[in-house]
Amino acid sequence: MDFNDTAEEAEFRSEVKAWLAAHAPAHELPDGAVLDDSEEVARGKAWQRELYDGGYAGILLPKSLGGRGGTIIEAVVFDEEERKYNLPKGPYIGIGLGMALPVIGKHGTEDQIRKFVEPTLKGELTWCQLFSEPAAGSDLAAVRTRAIKDGDAYVVNGQKVWSSWAHHSDWGILVVRTDPKVVKHKGLTFFVLDMKSPGVDVRPIRQISGASDFNETFLTDVRVPEDCRIGAEGEGWACCMTVLMGERLNQGEEGRIEELMQYAAQTPRDGATALDDPAVRLSLATAYAEERAAKYFQARLRTMVSRGENPGALASMMKLTYASRLQKTSGLAMEIRGTDALAPDSDAVATREIWHDYIWSTALRIAGGADEVLRNQISERVLGMPGEMRADKGVPFDQLK
Amino acid sequence: MNFDLAEEQKMLAEQARGLLAELSPPDRLRELIDGNAESDEQLWRAVAELGFLGASISEEYGGLGLGALDLGVISEEMGRAVAAVPFYASIVCAADAIQTFGGADQKEVWLPRLASGDTVGTLAHAEGRQGWWPRGAGVSFENGTVSGIKTPVGDAGLAEMAVVYCNVKGVPALAAVDLTSDRVKRRKLDSFDQLRAHYAIEFHDAPASLLDASVDDEEAIRSLIDRISVQTSFEAVGGAEACVYMARDYAMDRQIFGRPLASYQAIKHKLADILVATEFARSNAFFAGWASDNSPDDLAVAASAARLSASNAYEQAARENLQIHGGIGYTFEADCHFHYRRERTLALTLGPRQYWADRLVGQIPGNQMEAA
Repeated sequence: MDFNDTAEEAEFRSEVKAWLAAHAPAHELPDGAVLDDSEEVARGKAWQRELYDGGYAGILLPKSLGGRGGTIIEAVVFDEEERKYNLPKGPYIGIGLGMALPVIGKHGTEDQIRKFVEPTLKGELTWCQLFSEPAAGSDLAAVRTRAIKDGDAYVVNGQKVWSSWAHHSDWGILVVRTDPKVVKHKGLTFFVLDMKSPGVDVRPIRQISGASDFNETFLTDVRVPEDCRIGAEGEGWACCMTVLMGERLNQGEEGRIEELMQYAAQTPRDGATALDDPAVRLSLATAYAEERAAKYFQARLRTMVSRGENPGALASMMKLTYASRLQKTSGLAMEIRGTDALAPDSDAVATREIWHDYIWSTALRIAGGADEVLRNQISERVLGMPGEMRADKGVPFDQLK
Repeated sequence: MNFDLAEEQKMLAEQARGLLAELSPPDRLRELIDGNAESDEQLWRAVAELGFLGASISEEYGGLGLGALDLGVISEEMGRAVAAVPFYASIVCAADAIQTFGGADQKEVWLPRLASGDTVGTLAHAEGRQGWWPRGAGVSFENGTVSGIKTPVGDAGLAEMAVVYCNVKGVPALAAVDLTSDRVKRRKLDSFDQLRAHYAIEFHDAPASLLDASVDDEEAIRSLIDRISVQTSFEAVGGAEACVYMARDYAMDRQIFGRPLASYQAIKHKLADILVATEFARSNAFFAGWASDNSPDDLAVAASAARLSASNAYEQAARENLQIHGGIGYTFEADCHFHYRRERTLALTLGPRQYWADRLVGQIPGNQMEAA
């Protein structure tokens, strides 16, 4: 067991550190800065351009596509170092690099690659994801948005939800149904959509947090040129898999339980503090043990990846536990504080952060693989248990209930 | 970064697992229980011959001089098999206490015998309903002898020596005591764990030698308990993993309402959660094993975290394994009960969860408080 970088990792890290020290500070956001969205996107694009010029845009993308052709460990090392700076990194850039380019690279034509890859790497094009629908989330292949061929274009009608930053994106990656007469996975087709096309109507969703990070996107008689189709008709599901199965190794989340211990210690109780209550200590220590375990589990996954092994569904364990832990511990923290956590009269900052976590944790448990989907993955792919019985198996989409 | 066991450690695990699977299958455990055996002597000889008992004992005293992670690998396999040998009492507890705190004489006397398996040792720390708490030893050391009662003491029927947690004029200390002395009386107790016999030991001015004088502080004893608890965490991880796969295998075979029990989400999700808890506990145990040898300052937090997560994982695993088996799980012929009982042994022997929660929270900067 050894916590140090290998020789190659160390060399790459020092190269990255030096480059970031020279280039990142000029792009950093001031602490606590609240930028308006278009300003943030502009700064995010500028940083992406800097990365491109430095040779660090698209570390995992093959060289043939203009990426760095690096290893996943290099991507992890770069992220670790980049995170030390407060840089503008938004989904409008991440979706392009992490989702749009891999699909275009794998399923797209030469012309499409030429048109989209380099401008995206340079931060000139921003992207949003138009996958989920009101009745197609975990069951993505149930999408109903229709595309009907009309001359040299497709006419698209339907509704997409949960597209972050759609209002500031130049292009969207879009999956729609082109053939409802076949089983649902086979009737899908993948497109890139110019978000300025007539008939595209982006509306912010008012979330339970009060913010509007996500949008719903209504598509009404939108004409999408044929040359925006990625892959063949019916190849949409394969494209989605390229997006969703891309090898990912998320950064570990920062520890929060020590802060909650402080929060408890700042809560008076019976002449002492809430942290002197054995029940509180037991709950927080248990959460802390899990948080540390996640950190070392992440280290194990990273070790696997550095050897070229694919952790597969093991990686789901990180996300599954993080989201519920955030919900449980922020709820617990409110209970520890007691009535004051309902409406603090003073020193409200810490309590507001806990409110935020308690609200946001609900979205985390659903987005990017709901808890239940992840448990299925773990039991099926790690433990080898049987897949779910499916009522839609072999049934054409238009005959499904 | 390489956060994984070394190849040699993986081979050690494989060797231990193979041996235990061959010599200590569930039917053998049933036979031992039916025969009211104190331990599996044949297995004990076999693990001694392979050098497992001396794994972490230094070479000058007849061991292999390996570290806490290597020992952890063996502990995990012992836990997986619910092995009926005094590995924990003799090696994890007694040998480690003497190696860590013993003087040269004590090491020379005891370590080679413990490493060879010819002598079994144990740790006598608890005192009846007082349980175990670092400042609470009622057994006292005076003029080279100890007096008082320790109970329960695991594997004390086999043990010829014990490391006894005692007090010297009110100051916590550890002493090595020869249990074959006629001033020591042992009484077998009815034990919850059918594969680990517990005794009450009465010391009547029994000859004893204090371990190194540096033991005379509470924190030193706590840190010994930390080291030991790391090994119980590995043991619990082994037990938990055994339960997950036992339950999975049963559920795959068992047909219910026309399909495998394993195809129900109620079962899949339950086992997914327990597998996550087990893998997370293993991750904490890895770090705590590493910290045992390499980072003493991290040990208290690492050991407490490992202990809490391993206890939680094994508890869920042992209970739900039996539950998934349904009625058959309630029979002696099924294998669930070995873990169901052993889990309680591991959960309680070094102090309850609350002890570890207090220890952990108290180690976080800014949270220092008086230990209860």
